[in-house]
Amino acid sequence: MKTFKLFSKKTSSQVAKDRLKILLISDRINCSPEVMERIKVDLVKSISKYMSIDVEHMEIVLKRNHKRGRSRKPSLYASIPILDIRE
Amino acid sequence: MCEVIVITSGKGGVGKTTTTANLGGGLAALGKKVVMIDTDIGLRNLDVVMGLENRIVYNLVDVVEGNCRVKQALIRDKRYPGLYLLPSAQTRDKTAVNEPQMLKLIESLKPQFDYILLDCPAGIEQGFKNAVVGADRAIIVTTPEVSAIRDADRIVGLLESREIRRMDLVLNRMRPDLVKRGDMMSPEDVVDILAVPLIGVIPDDEQVVISTNQGEPLVETGSLAGRAYRNIALRITGEEIPLELYRTFSFWTKVSGIFHKNERQK
Repeated sequence: MKTFKLFSKKTSSQVAKDRLKILLISDRINCSPEVMERIKVDLVKSISKYMSIDVEHMEIVLKRNHKRGRSRKPSLYASIPILDIRE
Repeated sequence: MCEVIVITSGKGGVGKTTTTANLGGGLAALGKKVVMIDTDIGLRNLDVVMGLENRIVYNLVDVVEGNCRVKQALIRDKRYPGLYLLPSAQTRDKTAVNEPQMLKLIESLKPQFDYILLDCPAGIEQGFKNAVVGADRAIIVTTPEVSAIRDADRIVGLLESREIRRMDLVLNRMRPDLVKRGDMMSPEDVVDILAVPLIGVIPDDEQVVISTNQGEPLVETGSLAGRAYRNIALRITGEEIPLELYRTFSFWTKVSGIFHKNERQK
């Protein structure tokens, strides 16, 4: 099934779902992708003072924590690969 | 013990009024005392959907302004014992009523009813605020479309900031054939995105159009949508009814699985 899916186009419902997921993250915190990009640039700037990081592979995402308490306050997750920690 | 439920959606035209009418009918058919309040001042519609438009004497604004007593404005639906409608005003706008006034009205109705259903207007302005101020719980109506789901998510956020903790989702106008061929988001998809427990799925059913034309709630007809509404009414009263309509579709079993999981979490 998975191999089949690789060769076929995404269904329109999948497209809708993917679009919504991205849209709602910025809706929920009133934050546009532009702002996210600026946060990323600032993070790189400040962390680079202390260690050298792999900017190409760094990722920042907003996630909403909803398990049991259904708290919808989003959290910012940054995954920043470190190349070298300076003394 | 009276429960105050607001039926809301954010986006217009997704089926709030139809849902209010049918849940009102459905709960009344279960022997509950129910009052439906149309809070859409200036664009009243619940009266026509219920077929009670010719019986309006006083309305919500008259009650709030003290032109009449609440009892005089309530229209009793003769088809269901215990079902009443408080119609909205057509000639005024949303600013005619404020939140403390709504709260006072709801408090005065509570002793006489088991359920107060508030039909919320579209949007997130004053009309929305009036509708949600006295609510204990919310039923969010959405359709499997990007725009409706986006608005529903906004509503969920606003309800949470207003400390309405109990929220349930009604997915309206679902087309199993489109879901099956991947051209419509499934109930699972929608629940996954909104993270609100599903209380019912209403299939896209031409009977809804017919019953609206006639001004008759369809909850007591044997139609697919009518049965779905009746089941939601039962779930509101606390009965555990598994979500299943199309036994031929395997995803229904999955959906009912989601529902049960949510039930257990409560």
